[in-house]
Amino acid sequence: MAVVLLALLAAVFIQGATAVRLGLDLRGGTSVTLQPRIAQGEAGKVTNAAIDQAVSIIRQRVNSLGVAESEVTAQGSGVNRQIVISVPGDTGRRVVDLVGQTAELRFRQVLLSGAPTPVSATDTATAAAITASGLSPAVGKKFASLDCTQAVNRQGTGSDVATQPIVACDRSGNSKYILAGAEVLGRQVSKASAAINQSTGSGWYVLLNFNNDGTKAFADLTTRVTKLTPPLNEVAIVLDGLVVSAPRINEAITAGNAQITGSFSQVEAEDLANVLKYGALPLAFDRGEVQQISPTLGADQLRAGLLAGFLGLGLVLLYSLLYYRGLGLVSVGSLIVAGSLTYLLILLLGKWIGFTLTLAGIAGAIVAIGITADSFIVYFERVRDEVREGRSLRSAVETGWVRARRTIIVADFVSIIASALLYLLAVGGVRGFAFTLGLTTLIDLFVVFVFTKPIVTVLAKLNFYSSGHPLSGVSAKSLGVLTTPPTAEKGA
Amino acid sequence: MSKLSGLGGRLYRGDTSIDFIGKRRRWYAFSGLLIIASAVALSLQGLHLGIEFKGGSSYTVTKTGISIEDARSAVATTSIPGEVIVQKVGTNKVRVQTGSLSVLQSNAIQDALAKKFGVTTDVIDTQIVGPSWGKEITRKALYGLFAFLIVVLLYLAMAFEPKMAAAAILAVIHDVFITVGIYALVGFDVTPATVIGFLTILGYSLYDTVVVFDKVRENTRTITSTSKMTYSQAANLAVNQTLVRSFNTSLIALMPVGSILFVGAGLLGAGTLKDLSLALFIGLATGTYSSIFIATPILAVLREREPAMKALAKRVNARSVGASVSSGVTTDTQTQVVDAGKRGPRNQPKRKRRR
Repeated sequence: MAVVLLALLAAVFIQGATAVRLGLDLRGGTSVTLQPRIAQGEAGKVTNAAIDQAVSIIRQRVNSLGVAESEVTAQGSGVNRQIVISVPGDTGRRVVDLVGQTAELRFRQVLLSGAPTPVSATDTATAAAITASGLSPAVGKKFASLDCTQAVNRQGTGSDVATQPIVACDRSGNSKYILAGAEVLGRQVSKASAAINQSTGSGWYVLLNFNNDGTKAFADLTTRVTKLTPPLNEVAIVLDGLVVSAPRINEAITAGNAQITGSFSQVEAEDLANVLKYGALPLAFDRGEVQQISPTLGADQLRAGLLAGFLGLGLVLLYSLLYYRGLGLVSVGSLIVAGSLTYLLILLLGKWIGFTLTLAGIAGAIVAIGITADSFIVYFERVRDEVREGRSLRSAVETGWVRARRTIIVADFVSIIASALLYLLAVGGVRGFAFTLGLTTLIDLFVVFVFTKPIVTVLAKLNFYSSGHPLSGVSAKSLGVLTTPPTAEKGA
Repeated sequence: MSKLSGLGGRLYRGDTSIDFIGKRRRWYAFSGLLIIASAVALSLQGLHLGIEFKGGSSYTVTKTGISIEDARSAVATTSIPGEVIVQKVGTNKVRVQTGSLSVLQSNAIQDALAKKFGVTTDVIDTQIVGPSWGKEITRKALYGLFAFLIVVLLYLAMAFEPKMAAAAILAVIHDVFITVGIYALVGFDVTPATVIGFLTILGYSLYDTVVVFDKVRENTRTITSTSKMTYSQAANLAVNQTLVRSFNTSLIALMPVGSILFVGAGLLGAGTLKDLSLALFIGLATGTYSSIFIATPILAVLREREPAMKALAKRVNARSVGASVSSGVTTDTQTQVVDAGKRGPRNQPKRKRRR
């Protein structure tokens, strides 16, 4: 036992794992959970490979924030896999914006464009244009009232329906458009990269390559519109419902590539290229949960968790001592050993597998205090039963152990099954809880076998216990052992 | 305390005995009542689901002297559709809960609150949950529940015996159902933390049941050869013998959970700790109850149906009739096994008197 403790302690020092890695709910930060699903109109399944690809793309984006210890991981297994993004500190909104982009890229023909400010619905020029384009009056009304100078209208919704005409703002708020149904979609993009205009040395743009379907669709679209009059010969590149640029198409593009220009900075161009790669995945992500916790709340929660832990531990220790007297000392010792083991392991696991302690994890550990103490009670009660049967304490300790051992193993095993299943099937906080609960249950088994039992064996040899001292917890009086052998009564 | 220990000794020898199995109908009826109440509460009121299940957003601003009215007026300026709930949490926090919002609307609320209370948006604790998220975690919780029940059923069937596994699982289902019912009845918020609590109850409830069943198994190992007790009597003795143990383990398990509840509800006002520990607290209580009053009686009834146990019950009854004149009054019912079980263990003088 001592060897194990020392070994762990040594490992802690060698690895330099001196601080518990705290979860975001304990130190403040933002976490976003994304739920992958098959994008609308796509066939097939959410594959692990696709999710891993998405994870690496999102990681790239999150890393661009430059926040240390940001994490992007896939959690869960099979169809349950989710992507969890955690960024410590107070970068909340930027993270959410960054990963929340669904990156629905669409190429739509421009039907009508105009100044960004709203016009009255009865504006004759607009009305005439709408009638001429054969659009429904509802769309016309929407177009007329849209105010693209308001930042709120330029956030991008990503909720546009591909086949329907839409009303959209320009990304920079310089104009607004009515756009036809999409003819080329983001998933028809096979490659996207940022490039710089070689001749001028400035002016970043994004280079797109289409797959076979995309090449054909884009060729059809560009061939058709070149012959039309402005603005009908413009094709808008729409990202998440916002027009990135709407270049005039001068000649049919049949080679299967396109450029998105729009006075990008290098970072913007690279980000956009990433976003487009992401959009090329046959996956869409539902923003499952976003949690932003300020460092103050984190500190409060940590304090509360620790307080609850010490309070719970204190109560259990007090009760053990009051009820089991001398034997209670054994549970005090065992709990202390189990507690130190848990602490050391949490330190080491933080280093080895990046385990972070969350509030739910602390709760799991506190709940485990009860389970650990339960094992001692099961054993002590067994020993006391054996003494009631008329055995000496020393033999009771051994026979009681044989019987209690089985109960403890079965009961702990059920607990371990529960935590393993919880861990595998759940995400986020539940996993943290399941992990510490499982870990501490294993520690409980270990401590009962390697520490508690040997200690009780040693103590049973001491006169204080074997003579049944009133404070030993195994005195005849406290056990209710009668002077007549109990077996005789039972035979009646 | 020593009085209680003395009770332990008396319970162990059977001097003091509580007839759990003989009076099982009473406990069944009590549980049945609870289950019906739970079902009614569930169907009429349903569960009070947190935003994690319905989808929605929650913003918590911490500032001394904060008021609900200010928060409400700040939110009003954003013209957010749907119902907005503004609550005070603790002394200096206000929580605003809304329905599902877009990123844009969410940012607008954050900005409005930040402006109103003169804080930056980064210190507003925010939680945004997509509308489909709840379905997802509900589905996962249910998967977890079923997987757990099946695996544990198999494990207990191997470690003990199939009928014990069945009885234990029935007791667990009973616990979860009643706990959920209490939530519906009282209208406590159900959050993912609550679900974690529910799932943990499974493990806890089984821990108690395992302890009792282990003793039952030990007591019943030799009953067919000695013919001194029926299965039910031996099982009842086991429950009595482990009563102190069950009481202690449950009490000790409740202590840490109680402290989480105290700290979570008292200091933090709301959140993970409170939700988790409340579910655990209620579940633990029902778990202890069911392992004593439900699981063991069900096991006894299941086992008493076996021909070997029927034969044993007959032999034991025959012996007790021969040995004791007073039990002669019940001879007419001895042919029926259930009645033999209902008579309870021999060491139950109270019960006999009542007959």
